[in-house]
Amino acid sequence: MLEHLELFFRSIFVDNMVFAVFLGMCSYLAVSKKVSTAVGLGAAVIFVLGVTVPLNWLLDQYLLQEGALVWLGPEYADYDLGFLSFILFIATIATMVQLVEIVVEKFSPSLYNSLGIFLPLIAVNCAILGGSLFMQAREIPNIGLALNYGISSGIGWFLAILAIAAIREKIRYSNVPAPLRGLGITFIITGLMGIGFQSFGGMLTGDNEPPEEAQTTTVETKEDKEIKKEIEDKEKAISYNEAINK
Amino acid sequence: MALLSKKDANLIKDPLADNNPITIQVLGICSALAITAELKASVVMAISVLFVLGVGNVVISLLRNIIPAKIRIIVQLVVVAALVIIVDQVLKAFAYDLSKTLSVFIGLIITNCIIMGRFEAFALGNGPWKSFLDGIGNALGYGVILVIVGFFRELLGSGTLFGMKVLGDPIAKTGLYSIGYENNGFMIIPPAALIVVGIIIWVQRSRNRALIEEA
Repeated sequence: MLEHLELFFRSIFVDNMVFAVFLGMCSYLAVSKKVSTAVGLGAAVIFVLGVTVPLNWLLDQYLLQEGALVWLGPEYADYDLGFLSFILFIATIATMVQLVEIVVEKFSPSLYNSLGIFLPLIAVNCAILGGSLFMQAREIPNIGLALNYGISSGIGWFLAILAIAAIREKIRYSNVPAPLRGLGITFIITGLMGIGFQSFGGMLTGDNEPPEEAQTTTVETKEDKEIKKEIEDKEKAISYNEAINK
Repeated sequence: MALLSKKDANLIKDPLADNNPITIQVLGICSALAITAELKASVVMAISVLFVLGVGNVVISLLRNIIPAKIRIIVQLVVVAALVIIVDQVLKAFAYDLSKTLSVFIGLIITNCIIMGRFEAFALGNGPWKSFLDGIGNALGYGVILVIVGFFRELLGSGTLFGMKVLGDPIAKTGLYSIGYENNGFMIIPPAALIVVGIIIWVQRSRNRALIEEA
């Protein structure tokens, strides 16, 4: 339960799709002129991420990882189809988006009318593929967490596009320097919001670190060691130089 | 007769400045920002996109009369994904550390809007040679911004370029650091990339006022 809660807050605030890793920036910039359209796209992203991340998790677990094919029989244990993950993930996403579009059109025409034009756009939204690729890179351990990860990173993206759309609606009344109008000021505002979101980084540094974090911490300590070694080397070099100067 | 006719040359020249994919067309921003903390990663990313876009544009252009319009997006995605897998495997084989730094962002070239954007807007309606030039031009325009952002972020943030200490040694206090200069740690964090791109847009539009948007 605790790890679910932690992953949820981490994906929304600390590793926010837009502010920390810049995923889905293209549609974020293009569709954020009005709050109402931003809400439509945001909702569609949450939905599609929530469907595709668990699906791709299953694909990754039972088809792509090294030794994942072992359920077919022991002689398949050595296969590693990892290099196929890009093409399988994007195919899953493209088909799911198409499928979702057909289903929504059939059963909820009103939702289709509000989401309609955004659904095809989503197939090429980097946030969707990025969600699956990060899910793979972070080795999320079970399908519940994968579902959680998909939905919560979708919510993070939703919050980001909602915030920027609201700001852009207001900024129309301000006197922005002409060359910065439109795209330029949006970039800079996003940067400032990103700096704000950086402050969430300290939120989840408690004792109960899940295994996925343990990995990153070991990487950090390795880097730390290298830095320490560099500093030591430099100090040695300095003292050596001083000795020579004397 | 020159190698390129004037029209063809414009296909390469336009995206470098007045029709730049990042600052004007607003395409391919996602990957442009995340990996520009170091100049080396920016250059590798630019080269990868150059390869994928150049080859992909030609392939799509050759296939443009065969692809049924309804499933063209899936066909395009498959072509890009195949090319990106090649890039990814090559990087893993010959530059493993770098491919770790770039992590998922090589994979994200697939959904890089520049690629889909150029396929849709150009390769589907033009011959292979023109599409090739258009692909190269747009990838170069993308690369230029990446390299500029990477240059400033690495120089101001770590005081290095390609990992070489060009401003002196911050610990031994040589070079610029001896007169009290400090690295700006702010440039290393992700949001700084957005602000640098914002400033590039500002500079570009002040120089060429025709590009200013109506508010």
